[in-house]
Amino acid sequence: MGSWLDYTINGLIIGNIYALVAVGLALIFGVSHLINFAHGSVYAVGAYVGWACFTYLHLPLPLTALAVIIVCGGLGIAIERIGLRPLAGAPRIAPLLATIGISLVLDQLLQIAFTPDPRALPSPLPNWRISLGGGTIGALDLLIAATGLVSAGVLYFFLRFTKLGWAVRATAQDRDAARQMGVDTDAVNRAVFAIASALGGLSGLLVGMYFNHIDPAMSFQATLKGVVAQVIGGMGNVPGAIAGSLLLGLTESYGVALFGSSYRNLFSFVLLLLILVLRPNGLFASARVTPPEPMTGTFVAPSRVLRIPPWAVGLALAAAVVLPLLPNIAYMLQVMTNAWLMAMLAISLTLVAGTLGQVSLGHAALLLLGAYASALLALDSGWPIWASVPAAGVLTSVIGTALAAPAFRLRSHYVSIATLGIGEIVSLVILNWESLTRGPMGVTNIPPLAIGKLELDSPQAAYWASLAVLVVLALLQSRLLRSHLGRTFRAIRDDDVAARAYGVSLDRYKGIGFAFAGFGAGVSGAIAAHLYSYINNETFTSTVSITALTMVILGGMGNLLGAIVGAVALTALPEMFRGTAEYRMLIYGVVLLLIRFRPQGVLGTV
Amino acid sequence: MSLLEAKGIVRSFGGVHAVAGVDVAIAQGEFLSIIGPNGAGKTTLFNLLSGHDVPDRGSVRFAGREITGWAPERIAGLGLARTYQHGRVLGNLSVRDNILVGAHHRLRAARPRLPGLGALAELVTALIHPPSVVREEAALADEVARIAALFGDRLTPRLEQPAYSLSYANRRRVEIARALALHPRLLLLDEPTAGMNESETAEMTTIIGGLKAEGHTILLIEHKLDLVMRLSDRVIAMDDGQIIAEGPPEAVRANPAVIEAYLGHRELGGEAVA
Ligand SMILES: Nc1ncnc2c1ncn2[C@@H]1O[C@H](COP(=O)(O)OP(=O)(O)O)[C@@H](O)[C@H]1O
Ligand SMILES: [Mg+2]
Repeated sequence: MGSWLDYTINGLIIGNIYALVAVGLALIFGVSHLINFAHGSVYAVGAYVGWACFTYLHLPLPLTALAVIIVCGGLGIAIERIGLRPLAGAPRIAPLLATIGISLVLDQLLQIAFTPDPRALPSPLPNWRISLGGGTIGALDLLIAATGLVSAGVLYFFLRFTKLGWAVRATAQDRDAARQMGVDTDAVNRAVFAIASALGGLSGLLVGMYFNHIDPAMSFQATLKGVVAQVIGGMGNVPGAIAGSLLLGLTESYGVALFGSSYRNLFSFVLLLLILVLRPNGLFASARVTPPEPMTGTFVAPSRVLRIPPWAVGLALAAAVVLPLLPNIAYMLQVMTNAWLMAMLAISLTLVAGTLGQVSLGHAALLLLGAYASALLALDSGWPIWASVPAAGVLTSVIGTALAAPAFRLRSHYVSIATLGIGEIVSLVILNWESLTRGPMGVTNIPPLAIGKLELDSPQAAYWASLAVLVVLALLQSRLLRSHLGRTFRAIRDDDVAARAYGVSLDRYKGIGFAFAGFGAGVSGAIAAHLYSYINNETFTSTVSITALTMVILGGMGNLLGAIVGAVALTALPEMFRGTAEYRMLIYGVVLLLIRFRPQGVLGTV
Repeated sequence: MSLLEAKGIVRSFGGVHAVAGVDVAIAQGEFLSIIGPNGAGKTTLFNLLSGHDVPDRGSVRFAGREITGWAPERIAGLGLARTYQHGRVLGNLSVRDNILVGAHHRLRAARPRLPGLGALAELVTALIHPPSVVREEAALADEVARIAALFGDRLTPRLEQPAYSLSYANRRRVEIARALALHPRLLLLDEPTAGMNESETAEMTTIIGGLKAEGHTILLIEHKLDLVMRLSDRVIAMDDGQIIAEGPPEAVRANPAVIEAYLGHRELGGEAVA
């Protein structure tokens, strides 16, 4: 079959593109043990710089490439300076969140400067193609392959034969030892970020030309693919990253061949999970080496908790309850109803990420599960809403826990990567399982909230209902935190080895934690579905997961009240400034960067 | 019959034979010490006994069960408690909670052992917080106070403080307190006086002596030979992953192979043999 050759070649070309991203991520991970979530943003910036050079300056390709290398290399240096170096002594999670923050800021700046609309990035290369098998290879394909090979070669030469390259390898092997031997590890980091980012920007340019299409959303996809490729090849392993990228490209290409193009990403995330579960050190690691532990140790900042006196909480709650009685407040009520729904998600996430120490980056998937469960139960099975919402909570709890279970044996950053992947899988399965979910059409005409005959379709009723559910969930969670479970969860977070030595089974308690958290998040998604009356697989994206994490961090990891305060602040404040969606994400990004000054959040880590 | 019996256990890391065929047995009520220079494989041996690591070869029996390859949480359930050479207190938990974590596997009311849906029942019980749980918690609170009191006034006034705020010596004490809360049938102590000054070491010696007098079965790794000589019923000396001498404390101390091992590592532990 000639077309298999086509799919193979296509897979290798795509894989080669991923490699340019993954190699940069691997270099950075190698020297700093940091997954640079801003890498995809640099890649997008590269594409836009290229577009601007072509469109405004009419530069030829070589000069454009040079401009991209310079701009993105400089950006890399800035990321190292802002996101990594000041956080050397901070809790382990801080640099990861800082790079997410930088990524949000860069992406939003791109959107503001260039609008979210896609643009064409036509390739200036001659348009000839060579036939090969049943398909063809064009000049751009060759250029991409050549860029991959040449940069791999240059990188190899740099690492092997230059003094700085030697320092990079020494630092990657043992940072402290390298520093003691007089290696300037800051300079090494700077060089690595510059090189990696230049490569990333270049690949953004090439991919833009390849698809003749760029948009700001390409950033997140690139980070995801780069991380997946790196996990396949083994974190921090440069040749592994290249091999992993090619393998990923081929897997996707064959997946598309077999099932169609909407399955492309599903294949890559399933591959990610398989690797994480079966070979967490990557395909090429030797079997009995203890896995490298990126940024282990206590993941949260020790802090004194700011205790809010009960009367103050009571007062705030009373104010929240009487709010709808004020005149002319319909818009505000809508905003605050959203804030309560986000608060349900945030307290759910603060339990998992803060109390249990499993920093999930896929929490929005629980909203999707809850929303679809309740909507479909109500529409297709005729369940009354008062029953479908809690049932959706239970279903989300069960499905969410089952999906997260493969990540229970993972630690620190691997948990975040796995949950990110699981979240994407949920969304993609919903997209593709048309017979159940109606696929890309989404679910329409979802009935409004109701208790028996009593419809809760006024803004006031929706507001009170959401607030009441939030209060109940928060009370339950506070009981849980005061029980032996709260203690056990925090023991797992602080030191899972010691916890196990005292009889704490990680599977059991992570399971309990995810199950409880899944219920609350599922209920939140269910209520949202009935309020919105329309949902699709992109109603709650990974952006929502990041938003929720920002709220949790702002309030203080594991801090129940803090999560609610964070949710209200980050939902309501942008509205007050009449911010559009772009500015809102910009605010979230800046908040994530500000953790540098108060890593324990506003109310403190519990 | 021995309470714990390890036979021919081997564990290598790459080319390093950290534990190269070791047999250890400890009888109920016995106080057995393991000495040996740094890098002799003592901690690795502890890891293999407590399930933190799995031996390449050999077998471990504890409390009448074959436990080779068991997960540490299961072994803890049989009554084996350990402390760590470098300390592993739970930094963000209060001293009280640290000690209570030690009692985790004993929780009855809070951890119903229903088959199948045990985890769900545990969650529901925790949320309902029935009187049986209240009673159990009260009993545990008394016990925490009792355990903390073993350490004089070192821990009692600090029960509500987070462990990260404690001094180094106090963190070591918290670890031992946590181990005692498990009601261990066998207590593994890995250099409990490491980093302590003379008076703190003397205090710790008294405490460990008290545990022995209460009838605890103890396996101790220790460099300070004073302490070892005073408390041990029997001593094992290790070097390069192997047992080089075994027997009554005085005999082992006088054994030329032991002196040789320490002299060969003079820079690491030699002064302890004085
Ligand atoms: N996880 C590990 N990976 C590689 N080598 C190890 C590991 N644990 C211990 N070792 C090696 O095994 C040997 C014994 O170490 P250890 O048991 O800690 O000695 P001791 O406790 O007697 O000082 C040492 O050479 C040490 O470097
Ligand atoms: Mg040791």
